[in-house]
Amino acid sequence: MSHEVNRRQFLISSAAVAAGLALPSAPLFAQGARKVRVGLMLPYTGTYAALGNAITNGFKLAVEQGGGKLGGSEVEYFTVDDESDAAKAPENANKLIKRDNVDVLVGTVHSGVALAMTRVAREAKALLIVPNAGADEITGPLCAPNIFRTSFSAWQPAYAMGNVMAERKHKNVVTLSWKYSFGEQSVAGFKEAFEKAGGKVVKELYLPFPNVEFQPYLTEIAALKPDAVFVFFAGGGAVKFVKDYAAAGLKSTIPLYGSGFLTDGTLEAQGEAAEGLLTTLHYADGLDIPKDKEFRAAYASAFKMQPDVYAVQGYDAAQLFATGLAAVKGDVGKRDELVKAMESATIDSPRGKFTLSKAHNPVQDIYLRKVEGKENKVVSVAAKALADPARGCRM
Amino acid sequence: MDLTTFLIQLLNALQYGLLLFLVASGLTLIFGIMGIINLAHGSFYMMGAYMAFALTSATGNLFVAILLGIVLSALIGFLLEWGLFSRLYKRDHLDQVLLTYGLILMFEEIRSMIVGDDVHGVRIPEMLSASIQLSETLSYPVYRLFMSGVCIVLAVLMYWLIRHTRLGMMIRAGSSNREMVQSLGINIDLIYRLVFALGVTLAAFAGMLAAPVSSVYPGMGNQVLIICFVVVVIGGVGSVWGAFVAALLIGLADTFGKVIIPDFAGLTVYLLMAAVLLWRPEGIFRRI
Repeated sequence: MSHEVNRRQFLISSAAVAAGLALPSAPLFAQGARKVRVGLMLPYTGTYAALGNAITNGFKLAVEQGGGKLGGSEVEYFTVDDESDAAKAPENANKLIKRDNVDVLVGTVHSGVALAMTRVAREAKALLIVPNAGADEITGPLCAPNIFRTSFSAWQPAYAMGNVMAERKHKNVVTLSWKYSFGEQSVAGFKEAFEKAGGKVVKELYLPFPNVEFQPYLTEIAALKPDAVFVFFAGGGAVKFVKDYAAAGLKSTIPLYGSGFLTDGTLEAQGEAAEGLLTTLHYADGLDIPKDKEFRAAYASAFKMQPDVYAVQGYDAAQLFATGLAAVKGDVGKRDELVKAMESATIDSPRGKFTLSKAHNPVQDIYLRKVEGKENKVVSVAAKALADPARGCRM
Repeated sequence: MDLTTFLIQLLNALQYGLLLFLVASGLTLIFGIMGIINLAHGSFYMMGAYMAFALTSATGNLFVAILLGIVLSALIGFLLEWGLFSRLYKRDHLDQVLLTYGLILMFEEIRSMIVGDDVHGVRIPEMLSASIQLSETLSYPVYRLFMSGVCIVLAVLMYWLIRHTRLGMMIRAGSSNREMVQSLGINIDLIYRLVFALGVTLAAFAGMLAAPVSSVYPGMGNQVLIICFVVVVIGGVGSVWGAFVAALLIGLADTFGKVIIPDFAGLTVYLLMAAVLLWRPEGIFRRI
C-alpha cells in the first residue's frame, strides 16, 4: 500500500513541477488576447442569495464548458454583492464599470436594483446583460443598444396565463398581488390577454408589499365568488399565500392560477397545498429538450445540486455574451459588431431555443406547468415564441 | 359587505390582532418594562420559527419542538443578557440600537450558514389541521383559532405575572428605580436576566407558534419588528394591557383598511398610531 501511495505522490509532485515549469511561458501565448473582464453584480447575501448563486453557477458552467473560455476568450471575474439594495446600486455598478473597467456587466435579481443598473449602463454606454429582473421598463422605455436581458419581462408569463385561463372557460376573475411595480405589471399583462379573449377581471386586489396577512382578501374572494383567481407572489409570501388559500377551503371551489414564481423554489415548503396548481413560466421540469437534459446533468455534477430557472438565465447570459465575443474574436472594442452579433443570436437555451426581440428581450415559449409532487411539470406550451410588446422602447 | 362577510372580517381582525399581541408581548417586557431598545426582537421571532422548522423535522412533532424551543430560547436569552445586554443598562440608547442592529445582522448570517436561504414550511399538527366551514365558499382553519386561544391565555398570564405576583412587583419596582430596589436587598440583576430571557422566549414562542401558518423564510423577523414597536407605542410603553388593546386595534385597522380603503391599506396602521399619539402622547394606557 505504501508503495502505491509513494508512486502516486511521485506522480502528483512531478505533475506539479511540470505545471510549474509550464506556467511562466503561458503569458507569452496570452499576451495578444487580453482577458475579457466580466462584472457580476448579484445578490450573494440576503433573501435572494440563493438566486444570485444559481445565476453565477449557470454563468460559470457555460464558461467551463467552453474550456474556461467565453467565445474563445479567457475570462476574468469581478464580483460585487448588490445586497438587493437599490440605494447602493448606482455606486456598485459604477465601481464595476469605472474602477474595474469591466467589458460586460451581468446583473441582477431585484428589479429595483436592475433598473438603477440599467440607468447607469445607459449613461456610461456599458454593456449590460440582465439575467433575471423582470421589470418591463428594462426592455421598454429604458431599452438601449447596450442593454440585454436573458430572462423574461413581467408581462410575458402573465400574458400567457391570460390566454390559458380564457381557454379554460373562466369568465370572471379576481386578481391579487402585492402593490409594487412587478406585481402591477404582471396583473396588467394578464388582464390584457384575458380581457382580449373575452374574460372579465371583476376586481383587482392589491396588498402592501411585503405584507403577508392574506385573510381579509381570502374572505373577500370568497364573498365575490369569481370563476378563478390569478395571483402574483414569490418567495416566502408565495408559500404562505398558497397554504392560506388551501386552508381557507378555496382551492377546491375557486381554482388558483399564477405566474410561475408562485411555485418556483417553494414547493418543498408549500407541500400538498400546491399540488395541482397551474402556473406559467419560460422554464419547466420535464421538458423534452436534449439541451435541457444535458444542462441539468452537467450542472448537477458540477455543483452537486439541481439547477433552476435562475441557473438557466445565468447560463444563457454567458451564452449570449459568448456569441458576441466569438464574432469579434474577443476584441470588445468593436462594440457595434459585438452588439449586432448578440442581438441576432439564436441562443440554444435549456428552456428551448430563443432569439431576441428588437428591444433585446427573449422571444420565447412560455410553458404551462402543473405542480406534481415536488416538480413544476410541463403541460403544454401556453404561448409560442411570445415577444414582449416593449412599450415605450425607441430603438 | 353583507353581515356574514362582516362577521368573518371581524374574526380575521381579532385573530390577527391576537397574533400581533403574541409577537409583541416579548417586546413589551424588554422595551416597555426594561427600557431597552431591542431591534433584534424580530430576530428572536425568526429564530423561533427556524427552531420550529428544525426541531419539528427532527422530532416529528410540533409540540415537542415548541417545548424544546422554549428551553433553548430561554437559555439563549439568558446568555445574551449576561454577555451583552447587562453591560448596556447604564449606557445611551444609541449603544443599544447599535448592539441590537448588529445582532440582527449576525442572526441573519448565522441562519444563512446553518439552514440556508430557502423557504421552508412547517406542517400543522394532524389534530389541528381541520377547517370549520363558515360560509358556502370559505372555511376557517382550526389552527388559527387555536393560536388565538393561546394568545388570550398568554395575555392573561402576563397580566397576572406583572400585576399580581411578587416577582411582577419587583420587576415594576426595578423599572422605576433600580438602585432603590437593589438597596432593599433584592437581586435586581438576576430578575432582569430572567425578564430578558422571558422576553426572548416569548418572541421565539410567537415565531414557533406562527411558523405553520406564516412559513419560515429569510428576513421574516424584520417584517414583524416595526409593527411590534407600533403595538408597544400605541398601547403605552410598559403596559401589558395597553399592548393587548393596541394589538386588537391594529388588527381591526389593518383588516378593515384592506377591505374598505384598499389603496391606502399600508397606511391605516400608521394613521392609527399618529391619531393615538396626538390624542395621548404616552399611549392609550400609561406606564404601570
